[in-house]
Amino acid sequence: MNLRAIAAIYRFEMARTRRTLLQSIVAPVISTSLYFVVFGSAIGSRITEVDGVSYGAFIVPGLIMLNLLTQSVSNASFGIYFPKFTGTIYEILSAPVSYLEIVLSYAGAAATKSIMLGLIILVTAALFVPLRIEHPFWMLLFMFLTAATFSLLGFIIGIWADNFEKLQLVPLLIVTPLTFLGGSFYSIHMLPPLWQKVTLFNPVVYLVSGFRWSFYGLADVSVGLSLGMIVLFLAICLGVIAWIFRTGYRLRT
Amino acid sequence: MQTSLPHAADEAQADVAVRVRGLGKTYAGGFTALQDVDLDIRKGELFALLGPNGAGKTTLISIVCGIVNPSRGTVTADGHDVTREYRAAREKIGLVPQELTTDAFETVWNTVSFSRGLFGKSKKPAHIEKILRDLSLWDKKDSKIMMLSGGMKRRVMIAKALSHEPEILFLDEPTAGVDVELRRDMWEVVRGLRERGVTIILTTHYIEEAEQMADRVGVINKGRIMLVEDTAELMRKLGEKRLILQLSEPLERIPESLSAHRLELGADGHELIYTYDAQGERTGITGLLRELSAAGITFRDLSTKQSSLEEIFVNLVRSSR
Repeated sequence: MNLRAIAAIYRFEMARTRRTLLQSIVAPVISTSLYFVVFGSAIGSRITEVDGVSYGAFIVPGLIMLNLLTQSVSNASFGIYFPKFTGTIYEILSAPVSYLEIVLSYAGAAATKSIMLGLIILVTAALFVPLRIEHPFWMLLFMFLTAATFSLLGFIIGIWADNFEKLQLVPLLIVTPLTFLGGSFYSIHMLPPLWQKVTLFNPVVYLVSGFRWSFYGLADVSVGLSLGMIVLFLAICLGVIAWIFRTGYRLRT
Repeated sequence: MQTSLPHAADEAQADVAVRVRGLGKTYAGGFTALQDVDLDIRKGELFALLGPNGAGKTTLISIVCGIVNPSRGTVTADGHDVTREYRAAREKIGLVPQELTTDAFETVWNTVSFSRGLFGKSKKPAHIEKILRDLSLWDKKDSKIMMLSGGMKRRVMIAKALSHEPEILFLDEPTAGVDVELRRDMWEVVRGLRERGVTIILTTHYIEEAEQMADRVGVINKGRIMLVEDTAELMRKLGEKRLILQLSEPLERIPESLSAHRLELGADGHELIYTYDAQGERTGITGLLRELSAAGITFRDLSTKQSSLEEIFVNLVRSSR
């Protein structure tokens, strides 16, 4: 394995984060703080508790998950799309680097960034609401698996996209709505019975539910099912990436 | 037209840096960029690949470097198949692409170091420093690439290609849009690399550069290799020669008695130009001079001129149309 190449791409991507600190870290933290103000103050005054957890604390896992999903996708998609756009991808393609190494470095850097952001949001949230984490190991595992899976999804989007509009299409029109509708800010038990069933088709429900369980022991669906869904989604992304690399889809003509 | 195509048996594998056999490329849209290309590039040589726009030069280079998948055929670099043993093959190769594509927000030092890391090489600041100094980039090492001029960016791309100490270097139009001073500097670097035994494959529109620097020349047109030849041999074999006579008195037209010779008038009738095959058994010069004397045409000076590689190249491409 070409570890030096992995390190080179990883460092390059992380350096981009340092160059764009405001956009990469500060902006998501500020927007998350605004969520606390809006949801915590406005809605929190009407919904004081959900299953014994204050509403402000209840939405923390959902907020972290929202950032994990969107940032993983946008970081990874931009990371691989930008060299395609500028033409510098020639260097990656002509280097002695395997497809696995390319994915590890780009998706690894994207996942690292979103996990860092998730942890920063966690610390920020602790300033606003009292937090408890009942299962820290599972919390970190859910965080890692989610970041890795959605970074792979972002990588796929970055390969597929041939313009900036397409790059934004999936995060804006699919990932964000699914996250908002996936129980980030409410328990699905609060929905009418029909919508409780419909919402189970939303994969984000399982991610948020499992992640929230690691904090408060509260889950909309079983933890095993949540874990299974993440692993399934991870496997699907890996399968798609394997196909992309086998065929050279939109990378090698 | 006389062509000389290499064949599998021509070169021993040990002497070959790049071997191409039966290579074909048809793009998804149906356009065939390469057809049945056979080519051997010898170790340590400077090989110039010439061809008009769209001839297939960049596709050929891109396949060898791993950027484009071949449709048919095989390519080896230093004996390693570029598809099956891509790591071993690509480690040997450096590429300076035609397009100016750089990481605008990175510094010169970082982007060159990044390229070295990408090829799995350990950090070697002394080597990076030497490359940057050789390419007159040392003063710019901490500058962001977007602050550099086009010529400087071109140097950065060469520095990136040299960062991992390749044994085979592809230069795809490296001097396009570059000023004279920069071109001279670049060729100094290329000469230095060649002296160290690096194999260099060059495409260029400045055919005089190929004429001066290349050991061998290959001409590609419509996806096919039309000719591969030692530069000097090519000039000797395909180069027509011209005898230019400075006439004592200008002529209005060439006399009928001289119509058997390939003659033309130049410089408003002050020059009589005779084109002949320098390799032919008889050049016809003696007979011509005799007939000129008989026709009462005298001259005060004479000179000869060999065809340039550019003229040979243009004639080859024209004849294939």
